[in-house]
Amino acid sequence: MAEIHLKNIAHSYRENPQSPADYALKPCDYFWQDGGAYALLGPSGCGKSTLLNIISGLLQPSEGQILLDGRDVTRSSIQDRNIAQVFQFPVIYDSMTVYDNLAFPLRNRGVEATAVKQRVREVAEMLDLGDILHSRARGLSPDAKQTISLGRALVRNDVAAILFDEPLTVIDPHLKFLLRRKLKQVHERHQLTLIYVTHDQSEALTFADQVVVMNEGQILQVGSPQELFEKPAHSFVGHFIGSPGMNFFDCELVDGHALIGSQKLRIHHGGCAQPAERTQIGIRPEFLRLSDSAGDHSLPVMVESVQDLGNYQIASGQLEGRPVKIKLDEEQAVGTGPAHLHFAPEHTRIYLDDWLCEAKP
Amino acid sequence: MINKTDNNRAWLLVVPVVVLVAFSAIIPLMTVVNYSVQDIFDPQTRIFVGTEWFREALLDERLHGALGRQVLFSLMVLLIEVPLGIAIALCLPRRGPWVSFCLILLALPMLVPFNVVGTIWQIFARADIGLGGWLMTELGFDYNYTASPLDAWLTVLVMDVWHWTSLIVLLCYAGLLSIPGAYYQAAQIDGASRWAIFRYIQLPKLTNVLVIGVLLRFMDSFMIYAEPFVLTGGGPGNATTFLSQQLTTLAVGQFDLGPAAAFSLIYFLIILLICWLFYTAITHLSTR
Repeated sequence: MAEIHLKNIAHSYRENPQSPADYALKPCDYFWQDGGAYALLGPSGCGKSTLLNIISGLLQPSEGQILLDGRDVTRSSIQDRNIAQVFQFPVIYDSMTVYDNLAFPLRNRGVEATAVKQRVREVAEMLDLGDILHSRARGLSPDAKQTISLGRALVRNDVAAILFDEPLTVIDPHLKFLLRRKLKQVHERHQLTLIYVTHDQSEALTFADQVVVMNEGQILQVGSPQELFEKPAHSFVGHFIGSPGMNFFDCELVDGHALIGSQKLRIHHGGCAQPAERTQIGIRPEFLRLSDSAGDHSLPVMVESVQDLGNYQIASGQLEGRPVKIKLDEEQAVGTGPAHLHFAPEHTRIYLDDWLCEAKP
Repeated sequence: MINKTDNNRAWLLVVPVVVLVAFSAIIPLMTVVNYSVQDIFDPQTRIFVGTEWFREALLDERLHGALGRQVLFSLMVLLIEVPLGIAIALCLPRRGPWVSFCLILLALPMLVPFNVVGTIWQIFARADIGLGGWLMTELGFDYNYTASPLDAWLTVLVMDVWHWTSLIVLLCYAGLLSIPGAYYQAAQIDGASRWAIFRYIQLPKLTNVLVIGVLLRFMDSFMIYAEPFVLTGGGPGNATTFLSQQLTTLAVGQFDLGPAAAFSLIYFLIILLICWLFYTAITHLSTR
């Protein structure tokens, strides 16, 4: 296992990238720790597969270096990197048995037959493939095939990291859960460095210790699921993570207050009242509260509809002509009409040109 | 209890198929069947002869010889064209400006009419005015396809390879293009050698197109007629007289329509049997 250092990596599919828009992956510099479970999260076409292919060696970055445990592997071939990858669609060798599939990476590297046998048995046991070890791989279900792909990655002792490129896309929903749990067990037991690409936020948040959120070729935030939820570094992270996404209001900051339209909300904005093209305050629907009476950190709101979603309710309304969503307990009785919207001050964030500004008290 | 009304008008729906099959296969074939069991002098005079023509055909030495040569020829055609076709398909570029150029170049021989192919090679292989024949002679070979059976065989084989290998190439090329890139990437990650990639990824994925390719090449080569007829006329002696030509000699040359019809049916059954055996073997192999 190894730590991965992306040193000023950038990639463009064009010959001569001119503007930032030409980059599929904009310049970035990150350390990925040994034994960490990372998820790369972002919408389709955000550059997460590009980043993955750069790490695995399928793609040469146009700028920067990749270091595995300090060793520069930027120009190394795929074989020399010792990185394993599980693809979106299960890739198995049809004509072989499950056993031969698992043994394939070892045999290609000239591992001794007895060692191969032992290693394959270990992996098969770990992934519950023992029963089908000697049947042909061709006729198996997609989830079994994907498990074999995972097995081929695990069977090698020398893998530095295992990359997953949306591996659960073709798996039935009820089996997704089982496969994800299997993955998690493998991670806990062996402390492998895992990098998992997905566009499904729940998959990313349950799988990973650290989630890397990307959009338009740029890494916006790397953080634990809790950090992403409580302190989104970028307004995109706020929108993308959480259901419903974060509320944002355009505002002006004037001595201890945020001016939203004609309304004044009292907040801390120490150090953030600097000129920006766009100033917003953002707050998660979970940290808003509705009541009949005004308070210290409240603004009048017009509630337009309330949706009961089983164990919680979502109220939609207008605040100075801007849409707002509020997540409420199931018990609270809410009617439509005018009400007071309370902001939790410790969870109200300030965004300058879409980036989080941490206010000093 | 369900009440079903018989509606025999439904049979009318099958009529078009019956008519089509009758005109395309059964009626022409019935002519052959007719001739194979009767001795026909003119429309009024015909004698039922039972299995006599069949017995005669089965005992005909010349047909035995032709059948033997035919089997050998088809076997050699498959043994050369299939591996060669796969090899060429593997070497073709996957993208870029050369793709269409290569494909057109490969498809050209297949567009040449059969007897023209014969004529081309008849001239090409002549030692006096043909480039191929001249080159062979210049290189010091005693090459003459009109006199040496071995040279005649070689020429017919090379001609068929030139004419039809492209079919295998194009089928395999299409098959190779349909393999998703992830397979190659996975193989690289698994450290597979070039041979292992061919053996465990490309070849298994080509099985389906190869079944079609081999069947087509077998049937076509087993029925080859115009090309060797024009090139060597079946000679020298009977060295390159294959089944179709032997049958034509029997039917048109000697006007032995009875034995010719009987052997046509046997010929037909042989092709059907071999195709069936081959198809069953391959499909059985791939589902094992």
